[in-house]
Amino acid sequence: MKNKILIPALAYLIIVFAASSCAKKLDLSPENALTPANVYSSADGYLGVLAKIYGTLSITGNQGPAGSPDIGGGLDEGSQVAFIRGFFNCEELPTDEAIVAWNDQTIHDFHNLSWTSSDPFLRGMYARPIYNITLMNEYLRESTDDVLAANGITGADADNIKETVGEVRFLRAYNYWVMLDIFGKSTFITEQDQVGTSLPREISRDSLFLYVESELLDIQNTLAPAKTAEYGRVDQAACWSLLARLYLNAEVYTGTPRYTDAVTYAKKVIDAGYSLHSNYSQLFMADNNKWNDEIIWAINCDGVNTQAYGNTTFLVHCASGDDHDQYGVAGGWNGYRATQGLANLFPDLSGASDSRALFSTSSFGTSESQIQISDVSDFNNGLHVKKFINIRSDGAATSDPTNTFSDVDFPVFRLPEMYLIYAEAFLRGGAGADAGTALQYLNAIRARAGASALTSGDLTLQTILDERGRELYWEGFRRTDLIRYKLLTSNTYLWPWKGGVPSGTAVDDKYNIFPIPTANITANINLTQNQGY
Amino acid sequence: MNLRRLFFSVILLAGCSISVIAQQTVSGVVTDSASAQPLAGATIRATGTNAATATASNGSFSIKVPAGVETITVSSIGFKTQEVRIGSTPINIALVGTAGSLNEVVVVAYGTRRKGDLTGAITSLTAKDFQKGNITSSDQLLVGKVAGLQVTSGGGSPGGGSKIRIRGGASLNASNDPLIVIDGVPVDNNGLAGSSNFLNTIDPNDIESVSVLKDASATALYGSRASNGVIIVTTKKGQAGNVKFNFNTQASLSNVPKTVPVLSAAQVKKIITQYADSTGDNNYVDLLGNANTNWQDLIYQNAFGTDNNLSASGSVAHIPFRISGGYNNQEGILKTDKFSRVSTAINLSPKFFDDHLAVNLNVKYSHTHNNFANQGAIGAAVSFDPTQSPYATNKYGGYFEWLQANGNVIGTNGSAADPNPLGLLNINDDISNVDRMIGNIQLDYKFHFLPDLHLLVNLGLDRAWGQGHHYIDSTSSIAKYKGGIFTDYQQGKSNVLSDVSLLYNKELNKDVKFDVLVLHSYQDFFSNVYNVPNYNQSGQVDSTTIPTYKTDKPEYRLESYLGRINFTLANKYLLTASLRRDGSSKFSPSTRVGYFPAGALAWKLKDEFFKNSNVLSDLKLRLGLGVTGQQDGIAYYSYLPVYYQSTSTAQYEFGSNYYYFLRPTAYDPNIKWETTTTSNIGLDFGFWKNRISGSIDFYEKKTKDLLSVVPIAPGANFDITLLTNVGNMTNKGAEFTLNLIPVQTKNVTWNLNFNISYNKSKITNLLKNPDPSFTGIDVSNIAGGTGNTIGKFAVGYAPYSFLVYKQVYDQKTGKPIEGLYADLNRDGQITDADRYYYKKPAPDVLSGISTQVTYKQWSLGLAGHASFGNYLYNNFYSNSGVFRALQNPLHYIQNVSVDYLNTNFSNNQYLSDYYIENASFFRLDNINIGYNAGKVFHDAASLSITANIQNVFVITKYRGLDPEVSNDQGIDNNIYPRPRIYSIGLNLNF
Repeated sequence: MKNKILIPALAYLIIVFAASSCAKKLDLSPENALTPANVYSSADGYLGVLAKIYGTLSITGNQGPAGSPDIGGGLDEGSQVAFIRGFFNCEELPTDEAIVAWNDQTIHDFHNLSWTSSDPFLRGMYARPIYNITLMNEYLRESTDDVLAANGITGADADNIKETVGEVRFLRAYNYWVMLDIFGKSTFITEQDQVGTSLPREISRDSLFLYVESELLDIQNTLAPAKTAEYGRVDQAACWSLLARLYLNAEVYTGTPRYTDAVTYAKKVIDAGYSLHSNYSQLFMADNNKWNDEIIWAINCDGVNTQAYGNTTFLVHCASGDDHDQYGVAGGWNGYRATQGLANLFPDLSGASDSRALFSTSSFGTSESQIQISDVSDFNNGLHVKKFINIRSDGAATSDPTNTFSDVDFPVFRLPEMYLIYAEAFLRGGAGADAGTALQYLNAIRARAGASALTSGDLTLQTILDERGRELYWEGFRRTDLIRYKLLTSNTYLWPWKGGVPSGTAVDDKYNIFPIPTANITANINLTQNQGY
Repeated sequence: MNLRRLFFSVILLAGCSISVIAQQTVSGVVTDSASAQPLAGATIRATGTNAATATASNGSFSIKVPAGVETITVSSIGFKTQEVRIGSTPINIALVGTAGSLNEVVVVAYGTRRKGDLTGAITSLTAKDFQKGNITSSDQLLVGKVAGLQVTSGGGSPGGGSKIRIRGGASLNASNDPLIVIDGVPVDNNGLAGSSNFLNTIDPNDIESVSVLKDASATALYGSRASNGVIIVTTKKGQAGNVKFNFNTQASLSNVPKTVPVLSAAQVKKIITQYADSTGDNNYVDLLGNANTNWQDLIYQNAFGTDNNLSASGSVAHIPFRISGGYNNQEGILKTDKFSRVSTAINLSPKFFDDHLAVNLNVKYSHTHNNFANQGAIGAAVSFDPTQSPYATNKYGGYFEWLQANGNVIGTNGSAADPNPLGLLNINDDISNVDRMIGNIQLDYKFHFLPDLHLLVNLGLDRAWGQGHHYIDSTSSIAKYKGGIFTDYQQGKSNVLSDVSLLYNKELNKDVKFDVLVLHSYQDFFSNVYNVPNYNQSGQVDSTTIPTYKTDKPEYRLESYLGRINFTLANKYLLTASLRRDGSSKFSPSTRVGYFPAGALAWKLKDEFFKNSNVLSDLKLRLGLGVTGQQDGIAYYSYLPVYYQSTSTAQYEFGSNYYYFLRPTAYDPNIKWETTTTSNIGLDFGFWKNRISGSIDFYEKKTKDLLSVVPIAPGANFDITLLTNVGNMTNKGAEFTLNLIPVQTKNVTWNLNFNISYNKSKITNLLKNPDPSFTGIDVSNIAGGTGNTIGKFAVGYAPYSFLVYKQVYDQKTGKPIEGLYADLNRDGQITDADRYYYKKPAPDVLSGISTQVTYKQWSLGLAGHASFGNYLYNNFYSNSGVFRALQNPLHYIQNVSVDYLNTNFSNNQYLSDYYIENASFFRLDNINIGYNAGKVFHDAASLSITANIQNVFVITKYRGLDPEVSNDQGIDNNIYPRPRIYSIGLNLNF
């Protein structure tokens, strides 16, 4: 009896002590996660990271539509760390093209041109491109010849990955361009900067311009020739398009005009074989992936596979109210609409004389009194934009059966922008262009919209700005354009509620650039604030 | 200290035959169970007669017992009265000390101690101290009973959980919950799929005592998990002797004491009609209905409940045992809400080898069944338009819904914006079953060759399994857009413990006693997670919910060594010193090991200076200092760089194929636990044989390496914030406990227990590189708008301090002026910089009071608790007390809070200090009346009957429904009302 219990007990003790001296048992790893070594041991692993790199522009985390955000910090995943939504808030909301009814935190500061360095939306918009770049740098570090060999990736797999290096560098340059345009300068990290080691440096606007330019020039010949990359991936034409856009705004960015270069690269794109799609409104519909004759590069969205609250799902919902069925979604968010400023660009708002006038007429109408915004919080006031709609041009069903998430791809570069850059750069003194071609390009755009042709006498900078407004509204150009024309903060051009005043007012010039979020300066002593904030 | 004494605190002669002679003389010895010393002056009475005697100085007695009397009653002040069956004489009786008695044995970390010898800040409660009435979950037993302990139920849901805080909590982002130890097994209290509260799996009837360990000298033996205090739950043990049965039953009726005050149908009608008349806008007036519906009355009910427990305790074949079975069934006051539990607990405590090996086996098993009501109905009922009748002819199950022109409900993502509360409750099938087994076996082997040396083994297993489903039919307005939402889930958890220790216990001479403990502990926490997609009414899988991983197996382990020495000199000076070494799998090999030392000193001033005082019965000074850690609430693998695959709804299209993402996670390779250093000074006192007793404690807790999610430089890692060890905070406080027995006569006893505590928490640092311009971290998301926050973690302030605009009021009417705030920094504009810190959610002062008067067979008890200096953000008022909510922009009508009549705000003013309200309160938790009927059924049994009212009333200035809110953020958003409960109970011993 005694031994029957004592011996097993002692035996157990010995086992426990023996087992416990093995420190390894505290080394546990998660069931479902991959170590970096696992990820970069196969071509599929690289492809997964590449998908993520492209995907960061469309969706906000690892779970669609929300729930596993890339960027935390107490920021709202749907509204504050989404690229397209943040980009839209920065580039459209401060202008005559958009105003918002909601009460979300500081969202009114955008249209009021009164934002501060503690703005959470700006914190998100600063964080998004830098996060994307951090990912890209990691990918680039793993994609050098040496590392690929060390990771055991060879042959066709290695060649494919090497071809993506140029794309990833392009995407990095694009994200840096966003920083350049919005914040004027940026946290600066490249593949040389390992994660988690030291505080990143800051790069000035001049240097960042040169960096983006040199990167794009360096990679242009490593990218797939225009129109040959598979849908969703960038090619040479995307690279040239960004260069053209960069050069058009070079005078704002660096003080040095580069209009000749703008002409050169716009021309390269124009000559690459693109053509205008016959129907303007179809470019912003659920099946717009079909129009890649005109769309040079778009950010992909899908109602089932690529879900987020901050990609084109936002654009189709935020503009709709009770008329949401006409936007192809099951509910309206009653949020964004445009001011009189946009209405004034069109001779009439019905679309009869210019098919680009895509405004809601069912629930709200386009009467004078309707467009007047007396109460910013009342969504019923204002000009209701119905440009992005989650409806297919071929009448087929969209992919999300609940009509919640959008299939519309967000066009980043379209051929008309290149026409307009050509014309404007010509008018601003760029060499290699001529008035006849400029007019021909403008009239091509107008003809597609059913608008009357311009004559050579109409070829002025103001005409170009207005044409850009008509052609590119709500696509993220307006703030940059108004700054280039020195109209964003000045009293030369006022629109309703500019500066927070019903009739509009001039604001401090500091609002031509957004402030560096204070939280980032606190966290990184290398960063400096922009003038005036 | 001796483990055995806990399990064998009552030694009775086992096995007996009842004598039937006319009169007999019974003799024996009475001892103090804690010290084993003889007890002089104890009263021995032949039960139910006047025959009585007292014990001599050596504890012995002899009494002549009349015929027919089968038991004697043994009593002594400071001890629990015992009724002992007369068997063969002599009878040896060990009396157990009662609370307040210095001889009471208290369960402490890895052992027990006489209350008089405690060196740390520990409060122990036994069944008589617990909250009375219909208590479903054991956390509720402690409400208001311990100084420095705050237990706040999450609401009135049956079986629902509580927030438990000891001395305010030492953490910001990690958990502030105390460690819970059940019969020596530290348990995972993080919950389980299908369980609303992991503690409700234990039947409160089976709990013998609860020890609350507050200062580090008491808790540091639990090392890296002890910073927020430790609660040790000990379940009832078998008592040797004849088998006795106890049957306890209760029936209860719960009702809703108060509903949220909202506008009446007439008021809604009037306001909307006035708006239409003044603006000519008939959009909303056309929506008004003709009914007068009180939606809140429709969703609540009178709820019935029963609680039953039958236990048997005694010896069979010389093995002491206790076995119990419990059945609890409780309806919620919210219709369709229901909780039931079947439980059993078995305890065996045999001894072998001439008592050299003591075995204590505990097995507790429970099965809980939940019917969860959709609690969204509470908010929906508050805000639903009272002019509408509940039912309508439509495709949404016949419940009135706000519809668009196309017949679909108004709302985004296809779900209803303001769903019908009855629809939410009735078109909802949400049930779960949770099985849990906690078992452990404790061995105490006293070496044959060296009886002072014990080998102690505790092997524990805690297994739980939760499964359930949540089915929402396709007629539901919230599920129609998906064709019905059907979810099944299951999860398993297990927790294995192996403690092996050696205890050496030596009394060198009369003046020098010591014991030394060395222990090795290994614990493994393992979960089995199953991820499955939703499907719809017709069984089609919802492709957007297909999980990336079908299973997950999160696991964490702890390996620890500890040593402790207790040293007693001249029975006046008590020293405790301990050191624990913890290794945790949550941290990298270079940071995973930590050392947690503690020491305490107690000086029995009574024995030093007032040895002969008759007035002073106890005076003891305690000093304690120790280091503890906190690692609960930290992800299991956060030190590792890992990539995770995205879900199917997060893919990107290249060409015509979609590709899953692989995403790296931000990580801190050097992450480790938070470290708290606690110092405590306490004084225990007692007068007149402890008729007045109590203690006073002062403490300071300093936490460093706070696990904080802090902003990091964008581009430095894969996120802009990172969970890392940055920051410091302090908690300072005082606690005072007073136990009085103002009256103690033959017929009347009056007990009064009072405690009060003060705590002040302050964040002292949040950054690695201090920066005066850093304003803190936004916390406390509120309902309304997107991303709005009301609170801050800021240096110099308490956690979750409110950061608000200073409201300007109309001097004539005293009403707040909409949107007008004080320009505090006088820069001419109202910006974020004008927000100021105004109050905080945590209370300054907590207090509890309870009293019990016993007159002959009757007793009357009251218990209440109070909280002062705690403020709430009335989110319901801020979100719903405005015109914009009444005429919702999405084109439907909502009811609003009556506060709209005070403010007349048209738009939400979320960040106004107008909505920060003082939520200090006193709640009378319980009134109970008891009648002890004594012997019934021809003396075969003894019976007592009780009647209770719980949640009797609340005194507060707070304007919301209930000032007690269980979230740390202090945000009040229509909680599940706490019911008022009327119950009657019956307790039968036989």
